[in-house]
Amino acid sequence: MTSDGDHSLLEARASETSAALALDDAAPRVELSRRQLIDHLAKVGAGALATALLAGGAIEAAAAATRTGTGSAPSTKNKYRYGMVIDTRRCVGCRACVVACKAENKTPPGVYYTVVLEEGLMEQPDDRPLFMTKPCFHCEHPPCTDVCPVSATFKREQDGIVVVDYDRCIGCRYCIVACPYGARYFDFGDDYPAVAEDTPWAGVPSPELGQYRERGNDKSPIGNVRKCTFCLHLQDEDGRYDKDAGRWPACAKTCTGHAIHFGDFNDRGSEVSRLLRERQVIRLKEDLGTEPNVYYML
Amino acid sequence: MNERVLKRIFWTAGTLLFVVGFAGWWDRIANGHENADYGTIVPWGLWIAMYIYFIGLSAGAFLISALVYVFRVKRFEPVGRVALFTALVTLLLALLSVWADLGHMGRAWRVIANPNFKSPMAWMIWLYASYVAVLAAELYFVLRRDLVISAEQGGPKGRVYRVLALGSKDVSDKRAGRDQRIVRVLASIGVPVAIMFHGGVGALFGVIAARPSWNSGLFPILFLVSALASGGALLTLVIAVFQGGLRESRDTIVALGQLVLGLLLLDVLFQISEYLVAGYGGVPGHVEGLKLMFTGPYWWVFWVWQIAIGTLIPIVILASRRRSNPYWVAGAAGLIAVGFIGLRLNIVVPALAVEEIQGITGAISSPRMVTDYFPALGEWLLTAGVVGLGLLVFGVGEKFLPRATKDASHVSV
Repeated sequence: MTSDGDHSLLEARASETSAALALDDAAPRVELSRRQLIDHLAKVGAGALATALLAGGAIEAAAAATRTGTGSAPSTKNKYRYGMVIDTRRCVGCRACVVACKAENKTPPGVYYTVVLEEGLMEQPDDRPLFMTKPCFHCEHPPCTDVCPVSATFKREQDGIVVVDYDRCIGCRYCIVACPYGARYFDFGDDYPAVAEDTPWAGVPSPELGQYRERGNDKSPIGNVRKCTFCLHLQDEDGRYDKDAGRWPACAKTCTGHAIHFGDFNDRGSEVSRLLRERQVIRLKEDLGTEPNVYYML
Repeated sequence: MNERVLKRIFWTAGTLLFVVGFAGWWDRIANGHENADYGTIVPWGLWIAMYIYFIGLSAGAFLISALVYVFRVKRFEPVGRVALFTALVTLLLALLSVWADLGHMGRAWRVIANPNFKSPMAWMIWLYASYVAVLAAELYFVLRRDLVISAEQGGPKGRVYRVLALGSKDVSDKRAGRDQRIVRVLASIGVPVAIMFHGGVGALFGVIAARPSWNSGLFPILFLVSALASGGALLTLVIAVFQGGLRESRDTIVALGQLVLGLLLLDVLFQISEYLVAGYGGVPGHVEGLKLMFTGPYWWVFWVWQIAIGTLIPIVILASRRRSNPYWVAGAAGLIAVGFIGLRLNIVVPALAVEEIQGITGAISSPRMVTDYFPALGEWLLTAGVVGLGLLVFGVGEKFLPRATKDASHVSV
């Protein structure tokens, strides 16, 4: 699990390459003709599917495969690779990140885009507890997106952020089952009193995904699976965040101990890239091959 | 207990369950998932367990009908039609269970319209559709001639038969021979489709690397064997009550009982293999689910429901001298059919009721973030309603199901 800085850089670059390859594999879908799509599928061992597609639904399936997040031009493909390096030694367990996330995304009870885990090492009186804040890891190979039966959740090509299309998600929760990190939450429709009692706060929409949805009966995202978006509604038109302007993921922005470092791993000069190079980092459950984009320093 | 008493129990149970089911459906429609007990740690519960239970019954019943329509096993000929019909009804119940489980029931069409074939679930849905098409077509051609003959009776019942015959009027032997050939082809296509469909549901669970208790190559196979055992058991019970019941089907019931015993023992073998291999390694992720199942708060679902009711008692009955007494065989089959609900619950719940990240349930205080899952009242009621509907649909359909009469069987089967 543990690897030194150089190693992890190599690893990061390797995964970058493989991501690029994977994207090359996926990207041409945009221009795929029906014929090509069928060939492509046959190649990946889905001959029976090709037949099914011939019978119908091919256009729909092709259309589904072409969607790339919220209005990205093909030229911005894989422009950024956002991620985090979280320094557990700087985390004091204040849970400001949890609260900031809730305030920013207006998530309902039971839906938390980040949580703080606490490992009590209290056997000895002078032992200090270990805290770990855990957002979605926006894995390079997310197991959650592959299992979605309707392609409602996907990894955005332009910045690697794993999102859920609330208008498409059918709420089957297979992605929650498939995520090894417990990063996904089902919106059961529960509300905090301020919303349930219809105070003015209830009418304030959530800026999540830049969609500004108002919470209402059975309206999405109620009945959908929800997850951390790295506060992508704070990106500018070009997909960039700006820490100084406050357009920064709420948890990282608020972190009292400066434990949450956020940035672009594609930018070699970014703080997170530097931390990857210079410090010893680990990722959780590396054996599953998910390649999280969130690293921990112990 | 004679047939009339059994049928009265059947209709009373069906009606009662169906009626209480309305409360469950109302709760689901009016309140969405708010009152459900599943949460973020255990995202799937009773409804998914019932889903895999029903499709298991369906696949099992269908594969046993293939003994008649593909392999021409004379002994089971009397169960052929009722097996196909049972497979169709249980498939409908499966659909209702899983439909209620969706966060957005109104978007269910998307799984057909926008499938992502990287997802085992999309495959499952398309295979479900193929399977139901083959099944319905096969049942039609099995019954076609008898439907046409029955339509000639006239009266309201005759009119129903005329609709079911889909306009066909030909009762010639030549046409019946053609039906037979079509049935054989459809049944032969149906076997791999049923195996892919139900094995695929096993794969849906088996491929999830995040859940070590499922992540085993044995899983799809275990699903199939469980399907055969439970489907066979249900059929045994069904023919003990319907289509002539215990009076006429003594030998078939006894023979089916022995087939079910064999399948059940095979299932036990696979289960033991699964538990031993996972348990021996002692890898925490693997063992947690098992420990929960064996000694967790719901240990009785395993030891009482699945093992005692669904496995041990039936094995003892079916292996003892009572195996040639159709009453005992039907009783044992009933126990298996009920006990396998426990088995399905044990597949779905314990593997999920494990923290994927240690301490995550302690990080948040929310009833949705707990490993404990016990189906809420609404979940039970809706499930009861689905079962009740199944009993009623089956009961009504069975009244219209033309019997494979002794002399007709060589043409129509």
